[in-house]
Amino acid sequence: MSDSTAIANGAPEAQHHEHPSYQRHHFESVEQQADATNFAMWLFLLTEIMFFGGLFTAYLIYRNWYYPAFVAASHQLNIFWGTANTGVLISSSFTMAMGVWCAETRRKSGLVLCLVLTFVLGLIFLGIKTIEYSEKIEKHHVPGFHYSVKNFTDPASDPETYKEYKDKPMPLDMARHTELYFFLYFAMTGMHALHMIIGIAILGFMIFRARAGAYTGGHVTFVENFGLYWHFVDIIWIFLFPLLYLISRHQ
Amino acid sequence: MSTNTIVSLPDQSTARIPKVNFLTKENGLLSWLLTGDHKRIAILYLISITFFFFIGGALAGLIRLELLTPQSDLMATDTYNKVFTMHGVIMIFLFLVPSVPATLGNFLIPIMLGAKDLALPKINLLSWYLYVVGGILVLYTMISGGVDTGWTFTTPLSTHYVNTNVMSTGLAVFIAGFSSIFTGLNFIVTIHKMRAPGMTWFRMPLFVWSHYAASILMVLGTPVLAIAIVLVALERTMGIGVFDPTKGGDPLLFQHLFWFYSHPAVYIMILPGMGVISEVISTFSRKRVFGYTAVAFSSVAIAVFGFFVWAHHMFIMGISNYAMLVFSLLTMLVAVPSAIKIFNWTFTLYKGSITFETPMLYAFGFMGLFTIGGLTGVFLGTSGTDIHLTETYFIVAHFHFVMVGGMLMAFLSGIHFWWPKMTGRMYPEKISQLAAVVTFIGFNFTFFPQFILGTLGMPRRYAAYPPEFQVLNVFSTAGATILGVGYLLPVLYLTWSLKYGEIAGNNPWQATGFEWQIQSPPLTENFTVTPIMDHEAYDYEWLENQKAKEVASVG
Amino acid sequence: MDHISPVIWQFLVKWMTNFALFPPEASKIAPQMDALYFFITLVSLIGLTLVVLLVTSFSILYRKERHPKAVQIEGSTLLEATWTIIPLGLFLVMFVWGSLIYFRVYTPPANAMNIYVVGKQWMWKAEHPGGQHEINSLHVPVGRAVQLTLISQDVFHSFSIPAFRVKREAIPGRYTTVWFEATTPGTYHLFCTQYCGTNHSAMIGDVVVMTPDDFKKWLDSSTSGNSLAQNGERLFASLSCNACHNTRPDARGPSLANVYGSKLPLAGGGTALADDAYLRESILNPSQHVTQGYAPIMPTYQGQISEDGVIALVEFIKNLNSDYRIQQTTNTVDLLPEGEGKAATPGEKPAGQAQPKPASQGMVKQ
Repeated sequence: MSDSTAIANGAPEAQHHEHPSYQRHHFESVEQQADATNFAMWLFLLTEIMFFGGLFTAYLIYRNWYYPAFVAASHQLNIFWGTANTGVLISSSFTMAMGVWCAETRRKSGLVLCLVLTFVLGLIFLGIKTIEYSEKIEKHHVPGFHYSVKNFTDPASDPETYKEYKDKPMPLDMARHTELYFFLYFAMTGMHALHMIIGIAILGFMIFRARAGAYTGGHVTFVENFGLYWHFVDIIWIFLFPLLYLISRHQ
Repeated sequence: MSTNTIVSLPDQSTARIPKVNFLTKENGLLSWLLTGDHKRIAILYLISITFFFFIGGALAGLIRLELLTPQSDLMATDTYNKVFTMHGVIMIFLFLVPSVPATLGNFLIPIMLGAKDLALPKINLLSWYLYVVGGILVLYTMISGGVDTGWTFTTPLSTHYVNTNVMSTGLAVFIAGFSSIFTGLNFIVTIHKMRAPGMTWFRMPLFVWSHYAASILMVLGTPVLAIAIVLVALERTMGIGVFDPTKGGDPLLFQHLFWFYSHPAVYIMILPGMGVISEVISTFSRKRVFGYTAVAFSSVAIAVFGFFVWAHHMFIMGISNYAMLVFSLLTMLVAVPSAIKIFNWTFTLYKGSITFETPMLYAFGFMGLFTIGGLTGVFLGTSGTDIHLTETYFIVAHFHFVMVGGMLMAFLSGIHFWWPKMTGRMYPEKISQLAAVVTFIGFNFTFFPQFILGTLGMPRRYAAYPPEFQVLNVFSTAGATILGVGYLLPVLYLTWSLKYGEIAGNNPWQATGFEWQIQSPPLTENFTVTPIMDHEAYDYEWLENQKAKEVASVG
Repeated sequence: MDHISPVIWQFLVKWMTNFALFPPEASKIAPQMDALYFFITLVSLIGLTLVVLLVTSFSILYRKERHPKAVQIEGSTLLEATWTIIPLGLFLVMFVWGSLIYFRVYTPPANAMNIYVVGKQWMWKAEHPGGQHEINSLHVPVGRAVQLTLISQDVFHSFSIPAFRVKREAIPGRYTTVWFEATTPGTYHLFCTQYCGTNHSAMIGDVVVMTPDDFKKWLDSSTSGNSLAQNGERLFASLSCNACHNTRPDARGPSLANVYGSKLPLAGGGTALADDAYLRESILNPSQHVTQGYAPIMPTYQGQISEDGVIALVEFIKNLNSDYRIQQTTNTVDLLPEGEGKAATPGEKPAGQAQPKPASQGMVKQ
C-alpha cells in the first residue's frame, strides 16, 4: 500500500531539485521562505504593538485624570538625555538599514561594520538610560521604593528643575499621583529597554555569524527581519519620547 | 460494506500500517523532543493537554463533591477557593485554548493546504516548550499551596488581599500565552504563504478558515493579557498603585485589560471547534457544507466583532449606562454569525446521505448544546436580564455549555475523526458511540440544573450555600459522575486501539481533503510531490472520479 | 406585561416559584425583568426546537439507507438572509427592551430614600440615615423607593437581592447606586456575588421587607441614638473641617450649606454636580475639585478617614439645607481655639445666609 496511488494530481517535478543550502525543506523555494519569514516578523511586531498598547492606554487615561501631577512629573525628565537617546537610536536605525543594504549587496566587511556600530549605539542608549534611571533612584522617584513626593509639594527642593520650570507647590493628594506617572515611565521605558537588550544580544550573535559570511551569501532574511525588529524598537521610542519627555515642556 | 456506515477499510487480513511514516521515521526520545515535524509536535501537545485535562477534571470532581452539601464540609473554604481557581486556570489556559489548534490544527493545517510543514517549525516546537513550562509552573503552584483569586485575577483582591501564589500562576499564564501567540502566528503565515498551487482562499477547507480567524485573535489579543499580568505582578511586588484607588489608580482598568483578551479568548477556544464540525458534518452527510462562503466569512466576523464586546463582562461593575449600550449592541451583533453557522450546518444535512458514526454523534451533540449555550449567552448580553443573572450559576452553566458541551464535544469529534489518519488505526465504533451518548447525557444532568440554580440566585464561587439549593446541586454532581465516565472511556479505548484497532488505510471515511489522499499515518514530509488543488473544497464528485481511477493496492 | 392575562402570569410565576425554578418576585422591577426573561426563554425554546426538529427530521429523512445519494447544494442567499435577519431582529428587540430595564434599575427616582451599604471582607454594613446600623441584613419598607449607595472598603463585592432582581458591584474607591421598590413583605436572600476571598460564601444575609408601620417601629428600636448626619457633624468638628468651611465671608473654604445637589463652578473651568460621589472625592482628592474662587489648599483626608466616616460626613453635608443646621455649623467655629478662622466678627451676616444664633448656644443634640 504505497502512497503513489494517493496523490493522483501531482506536479511533475524533479525528484531532487536544486536549492540553496539555507532553504529549509518544507519550503518550495527561497522566495517562499523569505516571503513567509518576513510576513511572520511583521505579524510578531503587530503583537508587540498590542503588548505596548495596554501601557499606552493606561498612560493616556491617567494623564487625563491627573493632569497636573503628570505635567509636574514629566518636568523631572531630562530633555538633554532624552534627545541624546533619540539621536542615538535614530542613528542606530540608520546603521542597521545600511547593514541590511550591505548584506543584500554582499559587502561582508561593510555589514560587520554596520552591525558593530548598531551594537555600540544600542549600548550607548542603554548607558544613557542607566544615567537617567540612577538619577531617579537618587531622587526617590521609583514607585514602591521609598517614593517621595517632596519635589512636587515643595518644588524649590529640586533647584535644577525649579530653575527651568518654576512649578508651583502641589497639594499632597495630587502629588501622590506622580507615583503613577513614574510607574508608567519605568514600565514603558523598562519594557522598551528590555527589548533593546534582547536586540543587542541578537546583534552580538549576528556579528559573529556575519564575520563568518553567513549573511552575505544570498541568505539575507535574518538580517532583514532583525532590521525590522530594530526599527520597531526605534519607533516605540519615537512615541515614548514625545509622550513622556516633550509633552509638558511648555507648561 | 454495510449500508448504514460510510467506513471503508482495507482488507484487514492483508492490510499493514505503512512501514515508513512520521512515527517510525526516527526513533529515540531526542528525535521527538527536538522535532520540527508539525505532526510530532501535535502528538506531543495531545499528550500534554490530555494530562492537564485530567488534572483539571479531578479538580472539577472535587468542586462537585463539595457542593453535594450546603455546608463547606469537605474542605476548608480557602481550599475550595483554590480548587475552583486552579480548575479554571488549567482548563482554560492549559486545555481549551490549545486543544484543537495545537493538536488537530498543528497536525492538519499544513496537510490540508498541501504544504510540507508549517512556516516556522522551530517556533512551533518552541511553542510546545513554552506550554510545558507554563504547565510545570501551574503544577508548582498547586504543590506549593495553590492560588485562590479565581481565574480572573480580579484586582485589588489579587494584588493586595491574598497571599497565595499569584506570581507563579501569573508567570505560568504569561508563558502559556506566548505559546498561543506563536501557534497563531505560525498558522497565519502558513495560510497566507504556503498554500499549494490552485489552493485559493475559497477552496480551503473550512477547518482552515476557522483556525485563521482564531489565530488572528490569538495574535492580537493575547499580548494584552500579557501586559495585564505584568501590571498585576508589578502592583503586587512594588505597590505602584496602578490599580489602587487610594493611590489614584483604577481597579476597573485591570478588568478592561483582562477582558479585552479574555473575551476574544472564548472565540479562540470555540472557532477551531466549529471548524471541526464543518469537516465532520460535511463528511458524514456526503455533501459540501451549505453556504461555504457564509460559514467562512462568519468565522472572520466572529473574530472581528469578538474584539469589541469585552465590557459585557462588566455590565454591573460601574461602567456607564452608555458604555453598556454600546457593548450590549455589539454583543447582539456577534451572536448572529454563530447562529448563521448552526443553520448552515443544519442545512448541510438536507438532502445529504447521513450516517451516524462517532464523530457525527459528537457533532450532533455539539449542535444541540452549543445552541443552548449560545442562546443563554443572549440572556447575558441583554443588559436587563444580565443584572439578575450575572455572577450566578447561570453564567457557570452558560460557559460550560459552550465550552464543554460545545468545544470539548467538537474536540472529541475531531480526535475520533482524524484518529485513523494520525495513528493508522480505527477506534472501536460501538464503545465510542456509547461514550458519546454517555457524555451527552452526563453533561446535561450536570449543567442544566445550574441554569435553574442561577435563576434562583445562587451565586458562583460559593463553597457553602443556602439549603434550598441542595437538590439541584446533588442532581448536578450526579451528572458529573456520569460525565466523568464518558470522558474516561475514550482514553481507554483510544489507547487500546493503538495496538488492536483495525488498520484504517488512507481514507476510511471517504472524505475529501488532501489529508485523506495520503497514507495513514502520513510521511514526515506529508507529500512526495506537491499536490495541485484543481477542484473546490468538499467536492464529492471529484472524489468519486478519484476512486474510479484508483488502482487497487497490491499486498 | 399588560398583554398577558394576569391570571396566567400569576400562575406561571407561582408555579415556577413553588417548584423552586424561580425566585419570588418581591419588587416592582421583578415582574418587568421576568417578562423579558420569559420572552428570551420563549425565543430560545423556539429556536432550539427549530434546530432540533430540523436536525432530527433531516437525519431521519436523509439517512444513508433511505437517501443513498447526496444532492450537492451550494447554498441559498435567501435562506442566509432569512436566518441572519430574523435572529438579528429578535436580538435587537431584546437589546432595546433589556437596555430600558437596565436604565430603569440604575436610575433611582428623585424621591428615593437612601441607605448606605459598605461592603468589606466579609460582611455587609447597611447604614440608615437615621443612624440604624445593620450587619448582613437590610430592613426596608414596602412600597417605597429605596436607593442603595454602595462602596467597598477593600476588594470588589457585589450586593445581590435575587428576589428583587437587583445586583450592583460595590467598588473600592467610588460609590455605585442601585434602587428598588419592594412590593411584598417578607424575608429574602441577600448575597455577595463577586468573589472576594476566603469567606465570600459567608457574606450572605437577609433583606427584611416590612409594612410602613413595622418599619417605623424597627427604626425607632434600632437606632444607636445618633443619626448618620449627627455622626458626621462630630467628625466635621473633630477633623477641623469648620476651620475653613464656615459661613464667614473670609472663609478659606466654600460654605457647604445647600451645596448638595447644586452645580458648582470649578476652579479649572467647567461645572460639577455636587452629588455623593463628588462630595466623597472632594474629601479624599480635594485638589482636583476646587471650587472657583478658592485656593487649592485643602489637605487630603485619604487614609485618615474610613468609608463609614466619609458616609457620615456626606450625610451631614447633604442635610445642611436647613437654617438650623447651618447655624449649628457656624456656631462651632467659635469653639475653636483663638486665632483660627476668626478673622471677621462673629455677628456679621455672610451674604445670602441666615442670621446665625449667638455663640453661647454651642452644639445642641437633635
